[in-house]
Amino acid sequence: MPLIESTENGLYCAQGQFYIDPWRPVDKAVITHAHSDHARAGSASYLCHRLTLPLLELRLGPHAYQAVEWGEVVYLNGVRVSLHPAGHIIGSSQVRVEHRGEVWVASGDYKTEDDGLSGAFEAVPCHVFITESTFGLPIYNWKPQPELLVSMEEWVRTNAAKDRTSVLIAYSLGKAQRVLAGLAHVVQPIYLHGAVYNVHTALQRAGIPLPEALRVMPDMPKGLFRGKLVIAPPGAEGSSWMRRFGEYALGICSGWMQVRGNVRRRNADAGFAMSDHADWKGLLAAVDATGAERLLVTHGFQAVLARYLSEKGIEAGEVRTEYGEDEETAGAATEESDSAASGLDSAAGEGGLDSATEEGGLDSATGEGAANGQD
Amino acid sequence: MDKIDTGGMRRFATLALQLGTSTKTNDKLEALEAYFREAADADKVWVIALFSGRRPRRAVTTTQLWEWCRELTGLPAWLFEESYHTVGDLAETIALLLPEDAQVENRQSLAHYLQRLMRLGAEDDTGKKAFILDCWATMNKDERFVFNKLITGGWRIGISQQTVVNALARTTAEEASVVAHRISGDWDPGSTSFAALLSGGGEDLSRPYPFYLAYALEDDLSAPGRPDEWQAEWKWDGIRGQLIRRGDRLYLWSRGEELITDKFPEYQDFLQRLPAGTVLDGEIIGLGSRAVAGALPFVVLPFAALQTRIGRKNISKKHLNEVPVGFIVYDLLEFGGEDWRNKPLTDRRRQLESIVTAAAHPLLQLSPVIAFDNWEQLAAIRATAREHGSEGIMLKRKTSIYQVGRKRGDWWKWKIDPLVIDAVLVYAQKGHGRRSNLYTDYTFAVRAGDQLMTFAKAYSGLTDKELAEVDAFVKKNSLEKFGPVRTVKPELVFEIAFEGIAASSRHKSGVALRFPRIARWRRDKGPEDIDTLDTLKKMLAMYGKQTPSAT
Repeated sequence: MPLIESTENGLYCAQGQFYIDPWRPVDKAVITHAHSDHARAGSASYLCHRLTLPLLELRLGPHAYQAVEWGEVVYLNGVRVSLHPAGHIIGSSQVRVEHRGEVWVASGDYKTEDDGLSGAFEAVPCHVFITESTFGLPIYNWKPQPELLVSMEEWVRTNAAKDRTSVLIAYSLGKAQRVLAGLAHVVQPIYLHGAVYNVHTALQRAGIPLPEALRVMPDMPKGLFRGKLVIAPPGAEGSSWMRRFGEYALGICSGWMQVRGNVRRRNADAGFAMSDHADWKGLLAAVDATGAERLLVTHGFQAVLARYLSEKGIEAGEVRTEYGEDEETAGAATEESDSAASGLDSAAGEGGLDSATEEGGLDSATGEGAANGQD
Repeated sequence: MDKIDTGGMRRFATLALQLGTSTKTNDKLEALEAYFREAADADKVWVIALFSGRRPRRAVTTTQLWEWCRELTGLPAWLFEESYHTVGDLAETIALLLPEDAQVENRQSLAHYLQRLMRLGAEDDTGKKAFILDCWATMNKDERFVFNKLITGGWRIGISQQTVVNALARTTAEEASVVAHRISGDWDPGSTSFAALLSGGGEDLSRPYPFYLAYALEDDLSAPGRPDEWQAEWKWDGIRGQLIRRGDRLYLWSRGEELITDKFPEYQDFLQRLPAGTVLDGEIIGLGSRAVAGALPFVVLPFAALQTRIGRKNISKKHLNEVPVGFIVYDLLEFGGEDWRNKPLTDRRRQLESIVTAAAHPLLQLSPVIAFDNWEQLAAIRATAREHGSEGIMLKRKTSIYQVGRKRGDWWKWKIDPLVIDAVLVYAQKGHGRRSNLYTDYTFAVRAGDQLMTFAKAYSGLTDKELAEVDAFVKKNSLEKFGPVRTVKPELVFEIAFEGIAASSRHKSGVALRFPRIARWRRDKGPEDIDTLDTLKKMLAMYGKQTPSAT
């Protein structure tokens, strides 16, 4: 009997009678992190990391929560459970499950680069490793964070020189804090969209040191934002909320920005391939470091990663989950977990695809039609 | 400003990145202007060449590129392909897959790489490989991308030629129209200096004038004003061309700034019949020989007929006989070696008529002027356009001069409504460029008995939001996967619009459409409501008759 299996409610440990990041209400939920597709409301009781707790309270409201430290052991019906840093966002954890000498680790979402806020990813030795694969293609390799921050800094300064507002799109829980912490020395004050601000204050209350920032308020005059930096979630992109910034430049922080077409499609002035997920090399390194005999690959390019690992002689299969949508929709619109769906983002819409541009039409016109006929 | 970094390829890669991502025309203009101020002259010449469609001949095949990349990365072929289908562009896929950026500062000029690429065709595969691998090893990701693009071609830079012209005009303090003329024509970026190119030095007999382009007139006829101020002509569905006779040579340019003289050998007949120093603007189009009693002195063939001639390297006698291509002339740009573009249309037309009449060649035809007294009458005439093989009407102000580029006000194209048919989506493929990793390239089918018959591909016409919706549908409703193509549950119905229809033995449906695109998503219709192959065949019988049997 497998220690963890995919059921209609989510990943389930029958021996311990608990679920990991269930997508339906259950009795006992172990939560890897506070993004909305991993942490859903309605379960009878929750187990999570100490730093995830305030975020769950913010997003799910009052429930029965139990918070633990990394490495702290909890027995659930005789199954030994502990959480270990996943490096994805603040509080994010991998779940180590041990029963009768067999060890499984469910990664949740993770990244192997230490971003200075989320805790450094810890490779946990195990027999079976359930890994995510959001960016499981060899085209996805990130530049180191300091290098990305330098290019963002240059971009913000160039915009400021033209008296333009820099609007950076980043997930309200995760990249928003990385960007804020990384750019606070460049320009002051930094303004936050309401959704980002709510997370910001919740984290500050929880004792996470973050630079000060201001919330964008409806009565703030347009001129206030000139030359400044605004951080907003993807839901705000293309919405009327953006109009208040007058002439602004749009930058998007997302792993999908690795591919030029995505930058153009979202009509962004700049794309920064910054992600809270492991890149291709990170995934392979993590898999290797766990020493796992068997890999179960979930949400993302699972078929690709599973096949690649199998061909390398590692036993690997796919597991169905409902995190981050399916293989490709993830790439198109919803991307990484946190979206406007969390209910906190006041701006409507779900992603970048709304902002229709005329370029699509022009593309095909130049391909064929334009050179022909008198026109 | 100091010449911060004339740094060749790196500077060019930065420019390409700026142009590719900037969403404001003015930013693009500024980026180009800065480039033209800072970069080395030889590189600038190449940038002008590249951005006006002049590229070195491909010396390395795409298969070679991807094999060498696979060798360097050690990736299995299927994973390379999976990556390619997600990125949607080979040059970019390779740039993303290659190992770590080079640590050395690359100082080579753009011209250096292009000169080498020009000569590379003559080298053997070992030499080619050594060169490409060495280039990759000394470049960063952005440089590799533009370098690969120089090899593979098919680069949409995201700027119009007009923007290039405007940026050059600003840096050289010349009139944009003067710059446009100077950078057109048959010049070699390998041997032309920046100064010579922009000073207009050096006689180039083939140099064409920039084309004047019309704006589309919607059905609002208040724009043109009084009917008697306007000249109306049929709008032809061929290839816009500029025919030049200077000295003892004849040159033919397409609107894409391509010298295509050799593709139409029949035009050499015109050489002795046109006076030296003559430049004509007109339509390259298949002309039927059948004498038909009608308003027009000639019969035009559908574009599909002309298509059998384009793209062929060698034109055989058979082709010449089956699809004779003529030139329907509508304007005179140069006469007696003198630039006539600033004379009013009426004067140009008068002189044009006497030139064409004197030439007296069946393949050189004057574009007929349509007589009309009021707009209602012209609208009625326009409705008959398809019967003449025309796609609408051109309106030109009689006093208008011949301008540069697309300008509003004096020239209008007033096209007829397209033909439409309701069809169901059956195959989808991921798009390229800004549509990468989205299923945006579609194949449509009509009903043929109890089967579905594919008849058209269409890529344009949907908004980004609709594309995202269709993309999600494709992902959820795929029946089969053939490489990059997915078979989709036949459920979504679209109205497909097209400009013309012709018989085709190449397509299973037996028809080929001209400019098919998605007119709208028929959410109100289900697959049981779509049109049938019979409907298409009826359209073919009505509008596709003039296709020669040979095609």
